[in-house]
Amino acid sequence: MLVWILFLLCQVGAPALAQDLCQRDAPNGYKVRISLKTALGEDAYEWNQSEMFFFQATMAFAMRRHFQMETYNVDNIILCVQTSRVSFWFVVTSPDNTTMLIPKADVEKAVRMSRHRINNAFLLSDRTLEFLGIYPTLAAPVNPDTPPWLIVFGVVIGAVCAGIIALLVSSLLQKRRKEKGMTEDGQDEEDMQVKGVENGINLDGTYNRGFTDDDRFTKL
Amino acid sequence: MPEEGMEDNKEGEERPKWNNKAEYLLTCIGFAVGLGNVWRFPYLCQIYGGGAFLIPYLIALVFQGLPLLYLELAIGQRLRMGSIGVWNSISPYLGGVGVASMLVSFCVSLFYNTIVAWVLWYLFNSFQEPLPWSQCPLNHNNTGYVEECVESTPVNYFWYRQTLNITPNMETSGSLQWWMVVSLATAWSIVYICFVRGIETIGKAVYVTATFPYLVLTIFLVRALTLPGAYEGLIYLFTPDWEILKNPQVWLDAATQIFFSLSVAFGGLISFSSYNSQKNNCEKDAVLVGVINSATSIYASIPIFAILGFKAHTNYVTCLNGNILALTNEFDISDMNITVENYEQWFDSLNGTHPSRVSDLKLKTCDLQTFLDQSASGTGLAFIVFTEAVISMPGSQVWAVLFFIMLFSLGLSSMFGNLEGILTPLHDLKLVPKWMPNELFTAIICLLLFLMALIFCLGSGNYWLEIFNSYVGSVPFLIIAFFEIIAVAYIYGIGRFSDDLEFMTGHRPNIFWKVCWLVISPLMLFVVLVAYVAVQAQTPPTYAAWNPDYVNFPNTEVLPYPDWVFAICVLLSSVPVISIPLVAIYRLICCMSGRHSKDSLHNNPNPYANEDYVVELLL
Repeated sequence: MLVWILFLLCQVGAPALAQDLCQRDAPNGYKVRISLKTALGEDAYEWNQSEMFFFQATMAFAMRRHFQMETYNVDNIILCVQTSRVSFWFVVTSPDNTTMLIPKADVEKAVRMSRHRINNAFLLSDRTLEFLGIYPTLAAPVNPDTPPWLIVFGVVIGAVCAGIIALLVSSLLQKRRKEKGMTEDGQDEEDMQVKGVENGINLDGTYNRGFTDDDRFTKL
Repeated sequence: MPEEGMEDNKEGEERPKWNNKAEYLLTCIGFAVGLGNVWRFPYLCQIYGGGAFLIPYLIALVFQGLPLLYLELAIGQRLRMGSIGVWNSISPYLGGVGVASMLVSFCVSLFYNTIVAWVLWYLFNSFQEPLPWSQCPLNHNNTGYVEECVESTPVNYFWYRQTLNITPNMETSGSLQWWMVVSLATAWSIVYICFVRGIETIGKAVYVTATFPYLVLTIFLVRALTLPGAYEGLIYLFTPDWEILKNPQVWLDAATQIFFSLSVAFGGLISFSSYNSQKNNCEKDAVLVGVINSATSIYASIPIFAILGFKAHTNYVTCLNGNILALTNEFDISDMNITVENYEQWFDSLNGTHPSRVSDLKLKTCDLQTFLDQSASGTGLAFIVFTEAVISMPGSQVWAVLFFIMLFSLGLSSMFGNLEGILTPLHDLKLVPKWMPNELFTAIICLLLFLMALIFCLGSGNYWLEIFNSYVGSVPFLIIAFFEIIAVAYIYGIGRFSDDLEFMTGHRPNIFWKVCWLVISPLMLFVVLVAYVAVQAQTPPTYAAWNPDYVNFPNTEVLPYPDWVFAICVLLSSVPVISIPLVAIYRLICCMSGRHSKDSLHNNPNPYANEDYVVELLL
């Protein structure tokens, strides 16, 4: 009889004890905040008891994965203080002794290890599934071997240098062609001048354009 | 005056010519339309009461800008020489005006191409995903973000630290930033390749550099008008505040803006028009260039302000969302119940029921007007405000690339005029040795300018650039332009000038031009000059320094200029213009020692004059 009464008391007392373990601002508990509409918008699912059960299962999985003990179960994750935000508190009890809580630091390590899996289970991200107190690790920046700007610079300066060389070479060639053309014409002019001038005196003086052949054919 | 139809100078070498009128007009327009049209005019419009600013602006254009522009194009076209040769021809005593123009163009080229180099640096960095100025870099041990970046913003950090690597004050020079040197070398190489064959290559380049900005502005206009918040920005810009017209500062700023925007007194416009044939209607050209320049300013301010309105709207929404998140988390309200629309009602009800908890949250006051009031001009607009706006636009890389290519085109086409104002006078002064081909001479000048501009690549380079911009790029121009107009209107004579204009355009200038040249423009220039100097003298010589150790960081620290720096400022303002009186005195001394007759011979080269038959009057 006494044993029967004790058994009944334990059944009633256990949940009450569990409630004592999990409370707002529990020393070994974490507050979780979920923003479904921000993350999923129109496709947001409803947060109900089944989702809470899923959360317990996910956390049990995280604890199993970290401690590599196959004994963690959904009963070891106790949830409380649920609001419509959606936010709630949870604590983790030890599988061997349900009155003993796993320390905060160990829970943090387990969450950090499986954070990616937990996020994906709920189709959320670090920002929309928050464990208050556990900060997400910053993504390592992608550092390419050559900075991209150097590549663009290389292309531009290569094109410009090629253009400068091309223009300079073509100018040079143009000048050479002009000089060749001029020396051929110049010889004819010199012959004409030598023929027209008895002695070479005129070539020494200043060329007076008043005496140029502006009109080779006189107008009538 | 030189005979009509003189196409060749003494050596029989033909002066280069524009291939067609379009190249000439595009070059002048490109020179006038520069970075200031995009990042100075919209700012002035905003702070001076929106649409009301257009009134003093247009008055200054008609009575000051257009007459000066017409004057410069006309004398360049008639006398067919660069700025030094032109002023020597008009009056030997005023040859110093040309020298001053050349010196000022030299100083402006130094810092203007550095700004182009900054634009190139941002352009090179726009080809990354994500844009480097959109997020803070991690610190050494990857535990968090760099502190300087967190305290200010990623955009500010990228500009002040990763681009400029700015020192906390002017005394600390810092070292040469190699990435800046590289960008500067690229900028000067591109300028050189456009200048290699003189106006032949410039004429080709301006088909792209002068027209591309309009294309980009149109694209931005279409895009910006579809962004949220654009209309608020435009309404804010164009709502006229007529009271502001009573403030004389508005009129002063309008006059200086028109003046600097048209790029007169650089000597570049004189050089460009000197390559024209003499029978060209420069009156139409001047009016066209002036009107297009102002129209571009107004047209550019529309997409700029639409985008600034979008940025203000985005900041406002981010601010509100931060508050909404805080309230939602504190009171555990269901997610997304509080929205931007019903924020006010929620806030009032929560503040009524739990005032202490709400005040503990320290919510920010989010006011759209405050965000719209955050105005910026100059490099702050392009490299800080606009880059921040671009991050929030979908497809930010494309918009960033387009924007910086546009700024690059604007800067490059203005650099053509700056450099032309240096090269053509040197050619006309026959300072170039005969054996040196033009390409080599241009290369030497570009190399010299590049090496001198390396001071702007130091850690304190930005402070020096601001000094150059404020002291070289302002008062000397006003003085030079004043002397230009006095020289032509009074010393050369309005009668002779009207004869020349009749020869070139086919009709004499009407009464409007004459009144402007004789009375209105010189008077306006004089008043503007005196007022500008008075205002500058009243403002204490200080600069804004970026100092991470400052108490109020991220606000800039206002420091006074050290004495040696202030001395340099005064030198920069006065040395270019000191050549005006110096040359006048020199010529006066030469004249008094009796070499006047030989000078007049050199000034009026008659191709048919044979020096062997000149009788020397002095015996």
